Amino acid sequence: MSAPATRSRRWPSALWRVAAYLALAAVGVTMLLPFAWMVSTSLKSPAYAIEYPLRWIPSEPASTEINGQTCRVAEVKDQPGEQVAILRYSPEGVQVQVISPAGQAGQQRLVPEDRLLPVRRVWFHWENYREAWRAEGVRVTDAFFGLIREADGFLAFYLNSIFVTICVTVGTVFTSSLAAFAFSRLRFPGRDRIFIGYLATLMVPAIVIMLPVYALLSQLRMTNSYSALIFPVMFSAYGTFLLRQFFLTIPRELEDAAVIDGASPFAVYRHIIIPLSKPALATLTTFAFLHTWNDFLWPLMVVDRLALKTLPIGLAHFQDSYTTQYHLLMAASVIVMVPVLIVFLIGQRYFVRGIALSGMKG
Amino acid sequence: MAQPASGPSAGSGSPTSPSQGTPRAQSRGGPASCQRGLRSNLAAGPSRSRARRDWLQALPFLLPNLLGFLVFTFLPILACFGLSLTNYELAPVSTLRELREQVHFVGLGNFVHLLGWQREAGRIVASDAEFWRYLGNTLFLMLGIPLSIAGSLLLALLLNQRLRGITLFRSIYFLPTVSSAVAVVIVWKWILHQQPNEIGLLNGLLMSLGVGRPPDWLGSLAWAKPAFIIMTIWLGVGGYNCVLYLAGLQGIPEELYEAAALDGAGAWARLRHITWPMLSPTTFFVVTMSIIAGFQGSFLFTAAFMMTGGGPAGATTTLMLYIYNYAISWHQLGYATAVACVLFLLVFSFTLINWRFGQRLVHYA
Repeated sequence: MSAPATRSRRWPSALWRVAAYLALAAVGVTMLLPFAWMVSTSLKSPAYAIEYPLRWIPSEPASTEINGQTCRVAEVKDQPGEQVAILRYSPEGVQVQVISPAGQAGQQRLVPEDRLLPVRRVWFHWENYREAWRAEGVRVTDAFFGLIREADGFLAFYLNSIFVTICVTVGTVFTSSLAAFAFSRLRFPGRDRIFIGYLATLMVPAIVIMLPVYALLSQLRMTNSYSALIFPVMFSAYGTFLLRQFFLTIPRELEDAAVIDGASPFAVYRHIIIPLSKPALATLTTFAFLHTWNDFLWPLMVVDRLALKTLPIGLAHFQDSYTTQYHLLMAASVIVMVPVLIVFLIGQRYFVRGIALSGMKG
Repeated sequence: MAQPASGPSAGSGSPTSPSQGTPRAQSRGGPASCQRGLRSNLAAGPSRSRARRDWLQALPFLLPNLLGFLVFTFLPILACFGLSLTNYELAPVSTLRELREQVHFVGLGNFVHLLGWQREAGRIVASDAEFWRYLGNTLFLMLGIPLSIAGSLLLALLLNQRLRGITLFRSIYFLPTVSSAVAVVIVWKWILHQQPNEIGLLNGLLMSLGVGRPPDWLGSLAWAKPAFIIMTIWLGVGGYNCVLYLAGLQGIPEELYEAAALDGAGAWARLRHITWPMLSPTTFFVVTMSIIAGFQGSFLFTAAFMMTGGGPAGATTTLMLYIYNYAISWHQLGYATAVACVLFLLVFSFTLINWRFGQRLVHYA
């Protein structure tokens, strides 16, 4: 069954390979379908966003101007290559004017209605993205430390998300790596007991921790601030655990030589452990980035000022204001998702490795 | 200083790097630190002062994280248990005295109300019937977990074949996991949409497959929970569990399969008697983590919050949403923390049972 590339096993038979590909592709399509539908709807005009039968490629009935009047375009059955503009409907049939081929253009005649096939033309409404970005319902004032007097909602949400995510990610990686160094490389009384305390909290539901912190912040009137968004999520027990597991795999002989030569613990940390741990640090960075970027519950609890909202709760607010405007909702969702997908595609190698690392015993 | 490329193997291959770092380190730390580091390793001197020295050495590394951990993780857990014994109502106060007047110790009162029952006209009625209902919802929605795990295992088996383009498939399967839950929920709301004359993607596909009257997923008591389960399976099947299984599969020694093939074992026998037992530690880990995550249901919270508001008629309200409503919407922090403690105890006792009995089923090679 299992056969990683390095091992000497026969390639699977052709039949089995086709079956495997079909199964993989079927699941892949199911996974992508909602995203494709999101992009498709985001490019439709409001009138055609809700339409049955479903259309994947945004298109609308084509129309043309004839004598200052907007007319639908149709094709006539059994007359390939002929396009006509519909002038008016009457009991005897439909009055049409030929628009192509050019040789017969301008001719008018009567055609029975059931012989007309409406022509649709593909039409991508890119302006939906601009409209969502600039939506009136999410405009903010005094955004980003008051540096921006008035801004489009999504600009503010983006700045907030970027700022908060960078602070949390840098803080997590920095403090976790220092602590993981202490837990894996230094000896001090109670070390293992403290570490087990860290581990035990990984099992505690997040809401248990969030409620008292939320209560404290609101009693101190510190909700609706960047500090509330950043500090409570910055000190990750999980990150410390992940990095400790990795640091333990680095052979001790490397640093013993340095210690005998008089290197301080910080020098060992800075010049030996950190350079050797780039994959693990990249993994934690990716984890912290994605987790903070997508976090919903904590920002929802501590921020209700629109100008301070991060992308997920900003998008939730947008949904409240534009509940039924599906073309705008989908455009806004795409706007929120794109950076995550880019980071994931860049960092996916580290991500996958990190999951495998965190699943190990130790 | 020359930095080794990356990874421990590259580092151990270049023994020059530590000695190159030495002159710098010495000029910073000085010879004293050298002595200290050595002596602490060689265990000389009275043990108490050594313990203190070790602590002083570790403290700068530990402090930033430990302080944050204490303030934002450890103490809040204790505080949660403390608050659950009060009738704390979150309201703005300006002095500590006001706060003290506001908070009253009620002992186990919250828990008695939460878990208690009374007899009414010969029937036993729970004093907080909603809690039991939402606990039931939470457990019901966890029915998707075994399906999701089985799907992850199947996908991992497929992904473990020697085929071209596997990485692409793996990335696609992982996409829902890394996507913003809010955006995912918004698109699923649109997919599950069903209004007179307005048909969402799922029902449109069902109708083109010949289903006459597809359900109103989010609007009906019967179908709202299955809709949520479908969403969580779509979200989770190619996610963490699949990657963990794939890593587990790649750790199974090939010799086992070769030996089995020599003994004439077919594909099914190899799956049943080699792959499955060898994966049992992974399965144990995956099941444990999935159930802990299932009780918390952070995606289900987002979905209920954004799609249904917990409806119709509370059908999609989970314990998390119940806690959120008590704490944030109704400011009843005392009661909310009590529910949170019960959630914690549920997770805790489950994990304990799992460790006690689940471990027996695990085969460690």
